[in-house]
Amino acid sequence: MSGVRLLVGTRKGAFVLTSDGTRDDWNVEGPLFAGWEIYHLNGSPVDQDRLYASQSTGWHGQVVQRSDDGGKTWEPVGNEFAYDGIPGTHQWYDGTQHPWEFARVWHLEPSLTDRDTVFAGVEDAALFRSVDAGRTWQELSGLRDHRTGDQWQPGAGGLCLHTILIHPDDSARMFVAISAAGAFRTDDGGETWRPINRGLRSGELPDEDKEVGHCVHRIAMNPSRPDVLFMQKHWDVMRSDDGGESWHEVSGNLPSDFGFPIAVHAREPDTVYVVPIKSDSEHVPPEGKLRVYRSRTGGNEWEPLTDGLPQSHCYVNVLRDAMAVDGLDPGGVYFGTTGGQIYASPDGGDRWTAIVRDLPAVLSVEAQTLP
Amino acid sequence: MIRVVLPQHLRTLVGVDGAVTLDAQERPTQRTVLDALEASYPVLRGTIRDHGTAERRAFIRFFACGRDITLDPADDPLPEEVASGAEPFRVVGAMAGG
Repeated sequence: MSGVRLLVGTRKGAFVLTSDGTRDDWNVEGPLFAGWEIYHLNGSPVDQDRLYASQSTGWHGQVVQRSDDGGKTWEPVGNEFAYDGIPGTHQWYDGTQHPWEFARVWHLEPSLTDRDTVFAGVEDAALFRSVDAGRTWQELSGLRDHRTGDQWQPGAGGLCLHTILIHPDDSARMFVAISAAGAFRTDDGGETWRPINRGLRSGELPDEDKEVGHCVHRIAMNPSRPDVLFMQKHWDVMRSDDGGESWHEVSGNLPSDFGFPIAVHAREPDTVYVVPIKSDSEHVPPEGKLRVYRSRTGGNEWEPLTDGLPQSHCYVNVLRDAMAVDGLDPGGVYFGTTGGQIYASPDGGDRWTAIVRDLPAVLSVEAQTLP
Repeated sequence: MIRVVLPQHLRTLVGVDGAVTLDAQERPTQRTVLDALEASYPVLRGTIRDHGTAERRAFIRFFACGRDITLDPADDPLPEEVASGAEPFRVVGAMAGG
């Protein structure tokens, strides 16, 4: 019988949650790497038992762990993320120039086709690739070397590369997103990159058509329609129908279009999920009600999903990497909160239950659909 | 024999409960002890000293014989008690964050 494995990163360790295809009963393993911040875990689509974890602390820096048995055992692999050449500078919060400094790995994205290839998005923003299962890492420096690189400025969470999407039909095409530089695309396997931010409107920027400087929080796609992209920006939910060449707003009737995560149903490419948050100065759900909003029309028309979610006195946040979908039928949706709850809906969002309620603050959730 | 006591997170990382032991050195210094430590436990590279520069990470301190030797020159000899294994070389995670 098929099943689901959730890979959960938290402020104080990692957890692995497994269930059969009913998704009624869950086994919770963890904490793994207790006491360390686990920004992200992810599994290879080629070999689902090959997992990677980004482990860090302010004291000891970055460690990357790899498992080849679905998370039962782990082995530290390479943790040297050296910028290519002389790193140069980017823009600091106050507008001065600041040296690029590696802080941590925010996101790990295994290749769709090669078991040993994995990409890492890091702070200060850069993209690294390993072709030996994480033992060594090389920067794809064409991204950071883009002529706008010295204009990139950190968002409140740092200058982080947090989103990596690999085109399923054309492995040379990838999308990344950086807070607060914007979205970028490569069509040559990462050698060269260009900003894809046309149509984004960021009120903080005097120049409405500025090429970079947009605080993109997350981008998602459905693999069956990979050039249709959905974006949760700092403010605004956006959609592109042409691989990021242009964007238009689809916030529609959302109670707030500020938020962090965005996800697309695995088999219904027009079904999109967001979690509205009150504002950039109050990272809490509007009215103290935790609501996932679902659009079945590819945006603009949104319905609140509340069954099983707290509808009073709820002031948690849902971070950008903390929502995921599975590939089962009906499709499951999962998200984690800064209050330590992992919510699951096995029916596409109609009903929600908390698998666990008291984990450390959740930083990331990934869902693996197991055979 | 030289004994090195690591902070808890690094003990977990290398999979030891107590102190780690290194071969005796004729004239151990901070640098030679840390070099030997990283050679014996490569997973520690980057967790005490930065890759590339080998600079001490900001929230790491070094103690020996009850004294904070963090700011001593890295090539100064360590106390005889550390060289003989009577006292450990301690790697400490600085208290920070309230």
